[in-house]
Amino acid sequence: MPPFLTLRRATPKREPAGERVRHWREFYEPMSDPALREQGARCMDCGVPFCQGDTGCPVRNVIPEWNALVQRGRWRDALEALHATNNFPELTGRLCPAPCESACVLGLIEQPVAIRTIEQAIADRGFHEGWIAPQPPRFESGRRVAVIGSGPAGLAAAQQLRRLGHGVVVFERSDRIGGLLRYGIPAFKLEKSVLDRRIAQLTAEGVRFRTNAEAGLSPTIDELRGEYDAICLAMGAESPRDLLVPGRVLSGIELAMTFLAQQNRRDAGDAIDPAGAIDARDKHVVIIGGGDTGSDCGGTCLRQGARSVRQFELLPQPPKDRADTTPWPMWPMQLRSSHAHDEGCEREWSVSTTAFSGIGGRVRHLHAVRVAPETRDGRTSFAPVAGSEFQILADLVLLAMGFTGPRREGLLGQLGVELTETGTVRTDEAHRTSVPGVFAAGDTRRGASLIVWAIREGRDAAAGIDAYLRSERPSRRAAGQAECGAPR
Amino acid sequence: MPRRVSRRVAGSPGLPAAQGLYDPAHEHDGCGMGFVAHLRGARSQDVIRNALLLLENLEHRSAVGSDAATSDGSGVLLQVPHAFLRAACAAVKPKIALPEAGQYGVGMIFLPRELEHRRAIEHEIEDVARSHGCRLLGWRNVPVHERYIGEAARRARPRIRQFFLSPHGVDLDPHEGSAFERTLYVIRRKIEQAARRLTESAGERAYVASLSSRTIVYKGLVRPSLLGSFYPDLVDPDVATGLALVHSRFSTNTFPSWSRAHPYRFLCHNGEINTLSGNLRWMGVAEERMASPRLPDIQELFPLIEAGQSDSASLDNAVELLVHAGRSLPHAMMMLIPESWEGDATMPQDRRAFFEFHSSLMEPWDGPAAVAFTDGRQIGAMLDRNGLRPGRYVVTDDDFVILASEAGALPIAIENVRAKGRLRPGNMLLVNTTQGRIVDGEELKNELAGLHPYRRWITEQRITLNAGSGKREAGSEAAIPEMPGHTRPLTQRQIAFGYTSEDLHTLLAPMAATGEEPIGSMGNDTPLAALSERPQMLFGYFRQLFAQVTNPAIDPIREQLVMSLGMNLGPRHNLLDATPEHARHIRLEQPVLTSETFAALTGPRLRAAIVDTLFRAKGGAAALEGAVESLCAVASASVRAGAELIILSDDGVDAKWAPIPALLAVSAVHHHLIRERLRSSVSIVVKTGEARDVSQIALLISYGASAVYPWLAFETLTDLVRRESVPHSDSTHAHAAYIKAMNKGLLKIMSKMGISTLQSYCGAQTFEAVGLSRELVQRHFAGTSSRLGGVGLDVIADETSRRHARAYGLTTSSLRLDDGGNYHYRVQGESHQWNPRTISTLQMATRSARYDTFKEFSRAADDESRRGSTIRGLLEFVEREPVQLSEVEPASRIVRRFVTGAMSFGSLSKEAHETIAIAMNRLGGRSNTGEGGEDPARFGTERNSAIKQVASARFGVTTEYLVNATELQIKIAQGAKPGEGGQLPGPKVDATIARIRYSTPGVTLISPPPHHDIYSIEDLAQLIYDLKNVNPSATISVKLVAEAGVGTVAVGVAKAHADLITISGDSGGTGASPLSSIKHAGVPWELGLAEAQQALLLNGLRGRVRLQTDGQFKTGRDVTIAALLGAEEFGFSTAPLIVEGCVMMRKCHLNTCPVGIATQDPALREKFAGRPEHVVNYFFFVAEEVRELMAQLGFSEMDEMIGRADLLRQSARPLHSKARTLDLSPLLHVPKSAFATSVDHRARRMVRAQDHGLSDALDHTLVKLARLALEKGESVRADLPIRNVNRAVGAMLSGDIARRFGQEGLPDDTILFRFSGSAGQSFGAFAARGVTLELNGDANDYVGKGLSGGRLIVRPPKGAKFLPDETVIIGNTALYGATGGEALFGGVAGERFAVRNSGATAVVEGVGDHGCEYMTGGVVVVLGRTGRNFAAGMSGGLAFVLDASGDFATRCNGALVEVAPVMDQGDVDLLKRLIERHARFTGSARARHVLSHWNDAVRQFVRVVPTEYLRAIRTTLETAARQESERHG
Repeated sequence: MPPFLTLRRATPKREPAGERVRHWREFYEPMSDPALREQGARCMDCGVPFCQGDTGCPVRNVIPEWNALVQRGRWRDALEALHATNNFPELTGRLCPAPCESACVLGLIEQPVAIRTIEQAIADRGFHEGWIAPQPPRFESGRRVAVIGSGPAGLAAAQQLRRLGHGVVVFERSDRIGGLLRYGIPAFKLEKSVLDRRIAQLTAEGVRFRTNAEAGLSPTIDELRGEYDAICLAMGAESPRDLLVPGRVLSGIELAMTFLAQQNRRDAGDAIDPAGAIDARDKHVVIIGGGDTGSDCGGTCLRQGARSVRQFELLPQPPKDRADTTPWPMWPMQLRSSHAHDEGCEREWSVSTTAFSGIGGRVRHLHAVRVAPETRDGRTSFAPVAGSEFQILADLVLLAMGFTGPRREGLLGQLGVELTETGTVRTDEAHRTSVPGVFAAGDTRRGASLIVWAIREGRDAAAGIDAYLRSERPSRRAAGQAECGAPR
Repeated sequence: MPRRVSRRVAGSPGLPAAQGLYDPAHEHDGCGMGFVAHLRGARSQDVIRNALLLLENLEHRSAVGSDAATSDGSGVLLQVPHAFLRAACAAVKPKIALPEAGQYGVGMIFLPRELEHRRAIEHEIEDVARSHGCRLLGWRNVPVHERYIGEAARRARPRIRQFFLSPHGVDLDPHEGSAFERTLYVIRRKIEQAARRLTESAGERAYVASLSSRTIVYKGLVRPSLLGSFYPDLVDPDVATGLALVHSRFSTNTFPSWSRAHPYRFLCHNGEINTLSGNLRWMGVAEERMASPRLPDIQELFPLIEAGQSDSASLDNAVELLVHAGRSLPHAMMMLIPESWEGDATMPQDRRAFFEFHSSLMEPWDGPAAVAFTDGRQIGAMLDRNGLRPGRYVVTDDDFVILASEAGALPIAIENVRAKGRLRPGNMLLVNTTQGRIVDGEELKNELAGLHPYRRWITEQRITLNAGSGKREAGSEAAIPEMPGHTRPLTQRQIAFGYTSEDLHTLLAPMAATGEEPIGSMGNDTPLAALSERPQMLFGYFRQLFAQVTNPAIDPIREQLVMSLGMNLGPRHNLLDATPEHARHIRLEQPVLTSETFAALTGPRLRAAIVDTLFRAKGGAAALEGAVESLCAVASASVRAGAELIILSDDGVDAKWAPIPALLAVSAVHHHLIRERLRSSVSIVVKTGEARDVSQIALLISYGASAVYPWLAFETLTDLVRRESVPHSDSTHAHAAYIKAMNKGLLKIMSKMGISTLQSYCGAQTFEAVGLSRELVQRHFAGTSSRLGGVGLDVIADETSRRHARAYGLTTSSLRLDDGGNYHYRVQGESHQWNPRTISTLQMATRSARYDTFKEFSRAADDESRRGSTIRGLLEFVEREPVQLSEVEPASRIVRRFVTGAMSFGSLSKEAHETIAIAMNRLGGRSNTGEGGEDPARFGTERNSAIKQVASARFGVTTEYLVNATELQIKIAQGAKPGEGGQLPGPKVDATIARIRYSTPGVTLISPPPHHDIYSIEDLAQLIYDLKNVNPSATISVKLVAEAGVGTVAVGVAKAHADLITISGDSGGTGASPLSSIKHAGVPWELGLAEAQQALLLNGLRGRVRLQTDGQFKTGRDVTIAALLGAEEFGFSTAPLIVEGCVMMRKCHLNTCPVGIATQDPALREKFAGRPEHVVNYFFFVAEEVRELMAQLGFSEMDEMIGRADLLRQSARPLHSKARTLDLSPLLHVPKSAFATSVDHRARRMVRAQDHGLSDALDHTLVKLARLALEKGESVRADLPIRNVNRAVGAMLSGDIARRFGQEGLPDDTILFRFSGSAGQSFGAFAARGVTLELNGDANDYVGKGLSGGRLIVRPPKGAKFLPDETVIIGNTALYGATGGEALFGGVAGERFAVRNSGATAVVEGVGDHGCEYMTGGVVVVLGRTGRNFAAGMSGGLAFVLDASGDFATRCNGALVEVAPVMDQGDVDLLKRLIERHARFTGSARARHVLSHWNDAVRQFVRVVPTEYLRAIRTTLETAARQESERHG
């Protein structure tokens, strides 16, 4: 009998919900070496690995190869294979929703291979064993690139470019490096030391970071143009989608990102101005938006000691298993529950918020109505169900409804790059924007998406930039610049 | 015969010029042949009369063309009939006065009809004769009767004249005959040169059929039975001869070519020389050093092998050269076609030395061959080492010796038969008429072996390197020492040489771990090298050629004894001499060198020159071109300076220098040295980092390298071992295992071409280029066919530089190998037509029955095609007036043209197999059983497969199986592994499969590469005839695989009366096949189909056969293009499997298919989710798409568009630059038939059914006689005469029985026919239960083929004087694929007795080589001697052999079987019972003797039983016993 029939899928155990809500640390128990190797052995080494390709891994991880290496206990070789396509497997191993697993061929007949678990194990082992060392370039190209934004796309682009011998400076508006990884993802999903050790590698490879540096202001566009041969825009898609209903002005209605960032700062030991502090302790919290950010808010609220946490979603509840409309190997429409839902966050489906009401300028109630999907001219909208209006107690409301795109004001406007209809930066296949020498990557180009896409974007943009730097006359105007790679 | 010497001749006489994809160089033929001779050379008219009668009786082995009266040719060689000629010459005006017998030479010449050319050559002949001291005595017109030849033959008929020369005016002693013969030889060669010069322009070159004082040849495009009528000379009462050689030809064309009839001057030949292209080249090389005192002006005769002729004619030229230069005729034959001495440990030392010495002089002319030869004094015949052609002889009391391809071809009264025999592999029959005796083969060989002290010469001169032969443990090779200069990391070098991660883990590591070539499954869906956007290795542009139909592939594992990987390194000396110096060679046991053996080469034995094969990486095409040129210059300079070994080395690769592709380096130097006439002085050895897989090493050897040191492969292996990628191994073992795997793979690649020795393979160029520019090929790979043109040195330089730049140009700190993605899909690797997108959309479309989703799929698939995955992707449709979609014939009619591919139950699960059958039956298309039989429970139901395949292992091919088919498909080759056999591993053979395949559960089943009843085209005709007899209503189809030359093969197959020909593409799927075969053998179907269509049209035969094609068909566009290129039907395999749920796991060979399709594991079969409706949906979708395209092209009926290649054109805007270099016009050529006299001959599709000639079958009589048995079950008896022309006797009758009574048949002996005479081929084929056929006399090949429950008894006739138990009574390949029944043969059988028997019981008194080969069941008793290689591949059943001399074990292949005394009482009883029956029914004296001394005799018997079989039987018994005891316990 082949191993995939005899071995069962296993993933790391979570600390019991009651325990883990008492702290801010990651809560998965690591798996043993033999257990992980068994999981690797479940891989069927498919002739057509659907874990790659359109429906599979965006960062093009050669999953069968490292599964096989793990199975044979060749952890270090596996790490090398993994790093060949993915700069930050320790991040995707923790944070990726793993489209590879939903496209895994074994999923047709059994539980899919625990790809993400294996990925994380390889990466963590690499750090633990000290195998992940800086890989500085062998040559300096003499070219310099400014990367705007230090989220996963910017970091991936920076690392790739640096390893190709280019001088790279990453500009970060915030006070710390990491973008959403730093402030958007709660520590219990990604302990910040995990991020720090990776950033240390980049630094050692020669990537320079400038924090509190809002590109467009400081440095200015002219400074960027003068000192760099190319610019990579990777500042995310931060504009949040808001909920413009009556009562939105009440206090206690907050954007998810503001809330999550504050907790991350708190975890990092920063002092929070009590005036602006958002705290869920003893509150009835309603989170609007059924996605991952909503769940992150839920987990954070529960750890802060909320009295109740509810999460409202406009869409109807998906089926428990893969919906017929999304057959294998497509990303399945199906009910997914996150850790927060084990911890006490309750979900309600087909709910549309109509208004907030409050006392003393503070929100007290949320008014909503049940909705049903209605398809007209091929477009689905959600119509209120008559008589289903209701209101519930809510003294903290968190808006986790996604993002509308990159901020147009500031740098984008100043550069004058062309945008798409949806407000993202338009580029060609090589990630060139309409402005020569300016490239874009990640959410800025793609719209809000997965971290794994951000890494892929960063890598592809780096390849595009590298080709540009090799083949075209550099755009750098600054005369008399020394042909020296090391950026100041 | 295969003349793979492409496009050299603008048009050999009678053949049309190369056009489109057709190249006359690919012609083949097969035939019947024989001789009649008087032992003491007594001349009589009887001899010629009997020879002509013999010829007439071999007529069924010949063929006629599209014009039913025009034969492929026949002829006779006889002694100069002096009395007759003298009288005839006296009658001509002006009168010619002939001197005494033997004092003049007579020339038989075919002259141009046009007077001016004729005159010119006639004058030339006179001049040439005069200048060689001869006088032209005069000319005689040879009378002919035109009414006896067909229209086409008439139109092409030359003027046939004789001329007479006498030695005159010079000091020539006419009594020393050989000197005069030699002069005549020289004169003839000069005439041939003149003919080339003077008459080529006439379009019909003058041709000298013979010029000798001893022999004369009458031949032409005459039916064998009419040769004497056409040439009245032959039946003149004055014609007397002591010997006569005859031949009847079956050619793969219909073009009238008078000169290609046999015999030639010394021989006639049945078979095919597969190594011809190499032999011709090496013969040209040998001319460099040729000298002979007997032929002082030999240089004037060059080239000694006349260009543009058949392989047989070339062989004839070689023989005459050796003979005229002083070797005896048998000596010459043994040099050219040596027996298999390498693997024969029992051969006497001196004889072995004889062969080993001559291997230094020349490589074997290899390929199946039965050759009959004569110099007018001695006459003889021999078989090559494989012995694949039949030859039977009789010696009569009145001193005649008669040899023929068939026994009984010349009926002889039994009282007159002194002895009978058959030719045996590697052996010679020689009649010396001067001495009046048959020369014993042993005596002859001993005599030749004593000519020179060969043994001493070899011992003193030759060193042998054991280059890690697979047969032995490798030496104590330590880790490869790091070569100086290799300071760069390994990965860098790997990248520079194009290594991918897949090469490491899919190719090298498994080879090093297992010593086997890695196996894969499913087809090849990656682009051709010429269409891939990724840089390709030069190797990738070449495809292996393989044998199909006209000669068999060999099984290199089971028939290893004929194979050899031995190679000689060092100069070749004067071929016409023999000195100790000739033996001064380094002998390699195999060609893959390690660092140690490589180092040993450069020792003092041979002077070696090492030449770098590098070019400036940044220099582009100019640098590469310059480097190749200077490489060639350095090579020739080194040779002139005395080098005897040229070592080409690319190990100096570094940041500046890139490697010249090794294949280019080797072939360029090889061809350059040939042009410079220096090639005989050296051997070429290549040290390369490029070569790593077996196809690459084969290519290097095929283009002239004698040995290869793949240094980087070894370094990589060492590294893999270090990384534990080769489990439980150290580098010594890994290297040894790699060499072993490589050797096995080389043997396999050679054997699929039917080549036995690496020495002959070297330089044979048995590859076809796809996508290389014609100029490049012409310059550096001359003789290789590259029909579509393609890339030149610029692209090759660019692709090499890109690899080099990736290795050395990057600044990045980490280097990593590419994923590859050649075998398994990788998102960043090579593109695959089947990828996540195409697979998933197709599945969604067919499951949801949504045509719009299907269109999404077909768009994706066609785009993939256009992006360069396929040749059809580069084609587009010509615009034409469209018709309304509603006017196009309905999809329900189009789907009837769809068939599914041959996928066996066994490779597929029951569920998957039956789902397809149900779907195809619902559609009205046809599904195919594949090579695995079919469960009788499916017959007559919706689950029945309409196509029943008949493949080499004949699994479950019972009479009932055959009659339940609407089509019987003879599988000659399979796209994924043409020329190879297969294996179903024991664990996959479960109880059901074993039942259906007539085998034992748990026991491995082996399919041999060839059908053992098809070694040539006339054999295929016979099998078609056999099957048509069993099931006259079935379409008989023949499945071929596309390769250069498949068109001519298809023509031959059409002439062999196939109703349907399938041309499979190279990309077809497989359940298990070596990766190198999946990737590197065969060409796309577009090429094969177009070539077949063109060749059939040219030959006026297209109207007689349907054409079908397959190979990665997916969409309506695929179908439409195939129809326009000439196909009437279309095969699909992978696509319907995908519809059933296949996700291209490529795990079929591992039995772990997770979707229950390609597995027998019950747990996995449960996962099967396919439904017939989905498959039906798919085919209707495809048909609908075809309709849309038909409407666009303006066709309402599909028939109208077949063969309209003019409606296709090459896309003007291909998607990438490499594709632009291809020229697809040859593919789109529509030739004019050479026979456009009737509609039939012009037809572009089938319009007329074949005439199978069934009406003369003896079985019509048998069926009538058996009426009461068939209708009422009453018993029936009759006595009948039988002749060799009565073939497949009993087959039609048995088909009738199976139709009426199923496999159960009738009670034994219900029908009993008693025959006397010599039975034709396939006597008792497929005989059903209830039929008993007795034969007093003897029988030819294939007795009891597919025996299916019937009884066959053959015994010597009363009055026989020869000893029956020592005399051959039946021919080769008896009981092939028998599934049941009984056969008792009162005499000795030929080679391959009971091959693949799976159920019959047989007793015989002796067998030839390879007895019980591949047997899987049944019982065989041999009451006498066996030949070599008994029980090879035998995995089931029992054999008992009477081993009186106690040496049986030396002739038994012990790989699978154990040989032990007969101990078990059950066995003893069984054996005794069978011998008793044998004694009773055949009257065998041997059997009676054994029985009367039973207690002693039984101790002399040994039992041969397969080990695995024994174990399986025991397991079954134990399980049964356990179950029994559990039930009772």
